[in-house]
Amino acid sequence: MSHVPAELKYSKEHEWVKVEGNQARIGITDFAQDELGDIVFVELPEVGTEVRANETFGSVESVKTVSDLFAPVSGKIVQVNGALQDSPELVNSAPYEDGWMIVVEMSDPGELDALLDAAAYTAHTAE
Amino acid sequence: MRMAELRKTPLYPLYKQYGAKTVEFGGWDMPVQFSSILFEHDSVRQRAGLFDVSHMGEFLVTGRDARAFLQYMLTNDLSRLESGMAMYSPLANERGGCVDDVLVYCLTSDSYMVVVNAGNIEKDWTWLQHHADGFSVSLDNRSDATALLALQGPLSERILQKVTPADLSALKYYRFVQSRVCNASALVSRTGYTGEDGFELYLRPEDAADVWAELLSLGEPDGLVPCGLGARDTLRLEARLPLYGHELTEDISPLEAGLGAFVKLDKGDFVGKSALQSQKLHGLRRRVAGIVLDGRGIPRQGYSVLHQGRTVGQVTSGTMSPTLKMPIGLVLVEADLGSVGTELAVDIRGKQVAAKVVKTPFYKRSAGENPASPQS
Repeated sequence: MSHVPAELKYSKEHEWVKVEGNQARIGITDFAQDELGDIVFVELPEVGTEVRANETFGSVESVKTVSDLFAPVSGKIVQVNGALQDSPELVNSAPYEDGWMIVVEMSDPGELDALLDAAAYTAHTAE
Repeated sequence: MRMAELRKTPLYPLYKQYGAKTVEFGGWDMPVQFSSILFEHDSVRQRAGLFDVSHMGEFLVTGRDARAFLQYMLTNDLSRLESGMAMYSPLANERGGCVDDVLVYCLTSDSYMVVVNAGNIEKDWTWLQHHADGFSVSLDNRSDATALLALQGPLSERILQKVTPADLSALKYYRFVQSRVCNASALVSRTGYTGEDGFELYLRPEDAADVWAELLSLGEPDGLVPCGLGARDTLRLEARLPLYGHELTEDISPLEAGLGAFVKLDKGDFVGKSALQSQKLHGLRRRVAGIVLDGRGIPRQGYSVLHQGRTVGQVTSGTMSPTLKMPIGLVLVEADLGSVGTELAVDIRGKQVAAKVVKTPFYKRSAGENPASPQS
């Protein structure tokens, strides 16, 4: 069973969101990293880039495949996890902690309501 | 549901207990990994790994004209192939493209086993049958009656020797013996697809599960682990071994793929000879070359390759090399752009990333551990 922390919100595309005031910290779920296998490359935009909900903001590549990353919320990127450039495997080993990807200053926190809670996401991955 | 149509090897029931994640490959439900592709890859380079490759096809070709028939069908020259020897060869079509690439085992002078790629079993079978008219030869598709395990890595010999009476130290590269492994009847062959020393074990399907379990348990102290097709692909790519459907297709000739050593234009007539002869005479239009990326990203099959802004070919295979820790790839490009040092670029989802043609193989095991080269 993959780990689904109760306090986070989730997209159907397997990103998680941690709400920190008006900011959203974003990464991919334990389920996603396990499905992908060994992650060897993470491509992220630069700080200052505007992202829009449900649009791609980067990509994550495992040995065998490449997957787009979808922004769960809209806003401006205020932090990017630079450690992933040299240590993409952090996404495998700590998807909810050191493997986080970006922090977004949300332009419309109402978008959070469209995301899944832990129970709904767990049900989604069991489909 | 689609999964129900996928074929399964005799080892399928065991996958789960070894932690396998399976994917569709060539119509089969196969393990892509058991633990992690990177760990499995490293295990094979440093120690040993065990692969289930029972999806591969096996045809028996027997009869008075068996050798003549295979000489006519294959681009390599079997004339010096003796009982106990194996040989690699492309199987060409009339246009010089590749129907498949195969291993041929000489069982006796009039009996051969041809090992074909899983995704090509039906196609090859039809192709060979279609050409068998006029030859005194009989074809027998033994694919469903044959399981195949690959034990690969520097500790393979030590591990396998514990469970076989065959003297493995005397078994050279591309040689095989009929023997026993874990008390099961087996054809033991010193071959593989990883760039490491290793063995392939052809077994009866009903024996495969026991041999698999016993080898893994016995090899555990030496670091033997079960490996999936993901590691098999990264291992073969580092060793620059072609994969059908990538570097070899009906439209890519063995000469373009860099397999000229396995195309013997000086032997008698064979399917594809005149097309290949003409390619050689007029010079190749395209060739497969190895690249490493200078920038960040991973080349993947189908990505465009550019030279000074112009599209000059495409990526046939690519990965992040687990051994070199660099993005590597094989590309099919205009022939004069395949020379070592040529600066190219790969279009990675709209972004041009600099790449350079390098010498291949990307990885070669140190000379001391090298069994003699395969017979070419």
